[in-house]
Amino acid sequence: MSGLAGRAWDGTLSILFFALVLAGTFLGLLAITFFIGRVVPIDPVLSVVGDRATKEVYEAARQAMGLDRPLIVQFFSYVGDVLTGDLGNSVSTGRPVVDDLARFFPATLEMATIGIIIGVALGVPMGVLAATRQGSWIDQVIRVLGLLGYSVPAFWLGLVGLAVFYAGLGWVAGPGRIDIFYDGLLDPVTGLYLADSALAGEWDIFWNALDHLALPASILGFFSLAYIARMTRSFMLDQLGQEYVTTARVKGVSERRVIWRHAFYPIRIQLITVIGLSYAALLEGSVMIETVFSWPGIGNYLTTALLNADMNAVLGATLVIGSVFILINKVSDVLYRILDPRARR
Amino acid sequence: MTALRTWLLDDSPASRLQANLGRAWRVWTALLRNPLAVVGGLIILVLIVMAIFAPLIAPYSPIGQDLANRLMPPSAAHWMGTDELGRDIYSRVVYGARITLLIVTMVAVIAAPVGLVIGAVSGYFGGWADRILMGVTDIFLSMPKLILALAFVAALGPGIENAIIAIAITAWPVYARIARAETITFRDAEFIAAIRLQGASSTRVILRHVLPLCASSTIIRVTLDMAGIILTAAGLGFLGLGAQPPLPEWGAMIARGRNFILDQWWVATMPGFAIILVSLGFCFLGDGLRDVLDPKQGGKQ
Repeated sequence: MSGLAGRAWDGTLSILFFALVLAGTFLGLLAITFFIGRVVPIDPVLSVVGDRATKEVYEAARQAMGLDRPLIVQFFSYVGDVLTGDLGNSVSTGRPVVDDLARFFPATLEMATIGIIIGVALGVPMGVLAATRQGSWIDQVIRVLGLLGYSVPAFWLGLVGLAVFYAGLGWVAGPGRIDIFYDGLLDPVTGLYLADSALAGEWDIFWNALDHLALPASILGFFSLAYIARMTRSFMLDQLGQEYVTTARVKGVSERRVIWRHAFYPIRIQLITVIGLSYAALLEGSVMIETVFSWPGIGNYLTTALLNADMNAVLGATLVIGSVFILINKVSDVLYRILDPRARR
Repeated sequence: MTALRTWLLDDSPASRLQANLGRAWRVWTALLRNPLAVVGGLIILVLIVMAIFAPLIAPYSPIGQDLANRLMPPSAAHWMGTDELGRDIYSRVVYGARITLLIVTMVAVIAAPVGLVIGAVSGYFGGWADRILMGVTDIFLSMPKLILALAFVAALGPGIENAIIAIAITAWPVYARIARAETITFRDAEFIAAIRLQGASSTRVILRHVLPLCASSTIIRVTLDMAGIILTAAGLGFLGLGAQPPLPEWGAMIARGRNFILDQWWVATMPGFAIILVSLGFCFLGDGLRDVLDPKQGGKQ
């Protein structure tokens, strides 16, 4: 009985601890964006009033922006603003940054999700195959893919992909989320075009959106495939070298059963962490890909804001991408601990 | 020659110099036995030679315009073709080696020592210093690097120096983690206790005895990280936040070629091949170094 109660107590404690770590990391992220926004620029007031403003105008703007208060007070009022969903207005779109981000986020989510599906669906089987046939062609292919994943710039691959598969071969649609012809025909329910068009039964739009999605999502998928396949391979090799696998083989268990039931079973948990990490990395990688494909997502919003020196928008996008990144990382970490009996103790 | 080798491989070196040279010789010969590491080393050697002797190697000026020869496809006169201002792309790629080399060297020189000192202090003292320093390190580690670098450059303003600072700010936490992990393994070792009993200050112990032992794992990590640094720098350049025109930075060159990608493919693709090749070179060399210098094996020797 005491054991059960103890375990429940441990569980509560670890959830509390997790919440604390998560809150601390978010506070850290906020501290960094605050630092970038208020401390790094030479003078944020000048960027608002211009360098020809009189001293009175300057002082008035400084007080209106709250910059005469101590830094720590400014920081906590910033945290308060962010927590109540106030990220300021974007200079270039003229709307609140929060509204902009909500409008652009689904496009990024859709692309990254299709990308990770491609990465997992191809990467895991390839990794398993490479581990069971060490030194075979598939093993070499994964080695090369892994190296390319580390050394090819995503934006360059996007451009080459456009030149080859869109302009050259005509296999996929060009930049953008959808043909201009279909633009605005869809009621945004989820903001994900594939889901919205399927819900509305507009299959023309669905196929068109998929056509546009194919190339950028495949390129994102390639980078996660390279990583997932390499990790799957090394996890599988670890398992296949264990004595229980030899025992199973000696007992006459079929090779397929040894691979998928015995060796693959325990690595599923490790794979969750790997997939979580690469999903988070995809969100980051989409910044470059979106710029190349004129994809109206957060990444494109961020890079447009960068060029217009629209700091509210830059910091807002950084906060959103950073928060999602942190959340996915920490959650996959916790999932690993919950699912793996060895890490649970 | 043979005498020199016997001296280098002596099992009981008479001086610290002999021991260090002997170890360097062993690492060197082991690296030469690893074909991929040799290829990687050669690629980086070519990069360095190109950077140093760019004016001798490049057939044309990297910024000299020749509007009569705009957007020429690769030919004998222009190996990689010309761009929209008639500049020779091969010459620009050669000069671009200088910028790439400058960025990776500066990032390594700034980020590695900062990370090492933070990690070593954290691991050596433990307690609250450790908790606070590693808390900060973990926060930086859990941020998306590229986004963070973008935001920093946005605040600092575009330019090559700011790009270097921004990348260095995102790169140090890894080295702090490595240095801490290494330091903890020998913090309570007897040789550290012996040095402390001789009256050495904490600063001296960390600088003279802890940091050198973290060196090999840091070198491996820095080499492996180089590819990522090159890609981030090229990404900043591509977005117009890194080196400014007319500097021949590879990422910025790709960005300019973007407008011509459908018809004049060579403008954007050629600098991309340079990026891939150099990144691959660092990956190969890093893998080779890891095989040779792996701290676990180094401890046994």
